[in-house]
Amino acid sequence: MMAISPLTISSYTLTNALGRGNNASHSALFEGRSGLRPCDLEDVGLKTWIGRVDGLEAIALPENLSAYDCRNNRLAYLALQQDGFSESVDKAISQYSAERIGIFIGTSTSGIATTEQAYLHKNPTTGQLRADYEPEKTHNVFSSTSFPRAFLGLRGPALAISTACSSSAKVFAAAHRYIESGLCDAAVVGGVDSLCMTTLYGFNSLDLISEAPCRPWDIERQGINIGEAAGFALLEKTDAASTGPRLLGYGESSDAYHMSTPHPQGAGAVLAMQQALDRAGVTPDDIDYINLHGTATRANDLAEDKAVVQCFGNRVSCSSTKGFLGHTLGAAGITEAIISLLCLNSELIPKNLQTENPDPELHANVTLTTERRKLNYALTNSFGFGGNNCSLLFGRPV
Amino acid sequence: MIRVAIHAVGLMAPGLPGWLESVAVLQGTAPYRQEPLPPLKPAMLKPNERRRTTNTIKLALEVSADALDQAPMQDELLSVFASTHGDLDIINQICSALTQDERPVSPTQFHNSVHNAPAGYWSIAAGYQQTSTSLAGSDGTFSAGLLDAAVQTVTENKPVLLVAYDLPAPAPLNEVITIDSTFAVSLLISNQVEGKDNLGIIDIETQRDLLESKMQHAQMEAQRLASPAARSLPLLEALAARNKTILNLPYLPDLNLMVGLSQC
Repeated sequence: MMAISPLTISSYTLTNALGRGNNASHSALFEGRSGLRPCDLEDVGLKTWIGRVDGLEAIALPENLSAYDCRNNRLAYLALQQDGFSESVDKAISQYSAERIGIFIGTSTSGIATTEQAYLHKNPTTGQLRADYEPEKTHNVFSSTSFPRAFLGLRGPALAISTACSSSAKVFAAAHRYIESGLCDAAVVGGVDSLCMTTLYGFNSLDLISEAPCRPWDIERQGINIGEAAGFALLEKTDAASTGPRLLGYGESSDAYHMSTPHPQGAGAVLAMQQALDRAGVTPDDIDYINLHGTATRANDLAEDKAVVQCFGNRVSCSSTKGFLGHTLGAAGITEAIISLLCLNSELIPKNLQTENPDPELHANVTLTTERRKLNYALTNSFGFGGNNCSLLFGRPV
Repeated sequence: MIRVAIHAVGLMAPGLPGWLESVAVLQGTAPYRQEPLPPLKPAMLKPNERRRTTNTIKLALEVSADALDQAPMQDELLSVFASTHGDLDIINQICSALTQDERPVSPTQFHNSVHNAPAGYWSIAAGYQQTSTSLAGSDGTFSAGLLDAAVQTVTENKPVLLVAYDLPAPAPLNEVITIDSTFAVSLLISNQVEGKDNLGIIDIETQRDLLESKMQHAQMEAQRLASPAARSLPLLEALAARNKTILNLPYLPDLNLMVGLSQC
């Protein structure tokens, strides 16, 4: 496999249970402070912890885009306004033109909470849905792309990728390919997923929800905490004047094993990580940090551990940041990609929050304390239902 | 501009029950009778797996097999699954369960509810470990899938199977989501444009001209508008007729695809 030409990430932002914008996440990761809370979502009676973003209920979309109003697009809108992100996109539009900038957004459930509410408030006699229920711009998967595309004023190629928990990692691969094939000069990538009953009760039906704050790699890990998040990044071709961290490699694979259980040896995960290394033209020894998928279910951590150890041995420092903000599903890829960029930028390796007694069956070098040291290369993993895997490899600003 | 070869086509829609069965209809030499599809029993799935899967998953698997049956077994086949709405039967069942006191969401239905469920079953059944992307556009989902598949084959230098599908919504979602017909199409494409083993070569680029190609035949035109995946019909008609032509397919609200078919 040939090495790819790196893309420069010239602007990025994330919003999640740790707060709005990059600094909120960075300071919590640095201080080892969790954003998880006991589940207080309306209409949900489950005993678990969630990663909820405060204040979404009060967000109003711009008037001309009000048809897109739903929890998911409110979260996207909130995130797009942090860290000067939309201003960076404006600048890119004046440089490249709106037609030459693509947008690729990952989501798992998009605005499904709107449909859940429409069903809860069906007309009890006729069974009809409320007249104001409009799924095309809310629940529909593509709404997660068409809303930010319209808000940012982009007119280039666009996709919504929905491959469960790898969705918003795969958008980096898509953006690289569209730029490489000449369809656009720059791309906005991102991911948005918001709390809803479907995922809370769905993961509960699979016995994968933890009653306590999740504990990745811990011997007593019980499952996931669901969180919500949005994140966006602006990718451009790298030239001599480029500053900013680099997307160096991506790897994608399928387990071809089971719909909701990972391959026991992590075979698909190994393929994804090896491809990311090959496309970046680096060796396992070059990697300084791995941001694990690390959902804290028994099976997922076991499979990922086997895959990481097969590719890297137990040398590389690894952490899952799910203990800080939960598993944000379709937004996990972008969230953990940007966390990896924050780590490269500030020479930080976050600890595995809540992990006290690493499972002796697991052998990866998971960090139990926050570390500070220079990092050149960071890898991040995202693995989803359907056995859909994606690994991304980032390099520090040059 | 991106140039790719189309090696095989799969088709599954009322009156169009398979590509080879439909060529004469698309050429206009056989009548178009919109008979409902027979119950789908994709051979890729074992009988007990078939019971656990949904009509959406069966349709996607059946139309992928229709294309792959015509082409030699492909190693390292990438896949793109494109659907505007995903599995609305499952969404309906889960959202109905969430209105009940105990919220009895079925675990099987939940893992089948992900947009990439058909792709997951396909990779498991066929043993494909390669890149698989499940995506959505709006009414332009077929074009979004075609463009993504074309981009993947030219950048990754591997063949790609595109599968595009949508089914009518169940009540009460059919009040607000109007898909009037089941329609599924698959295309096996590659960047190997020099060989003879193809049904045609297409050149794809985006364009701002939004005047999309239509079907001459009134019922076919109604079918084209009845499902997002059926926006592929002008391309299927040109492939069946081996007609060198330039088509305009809907993609985004402000951007369409220009698809030039040659060497067919």
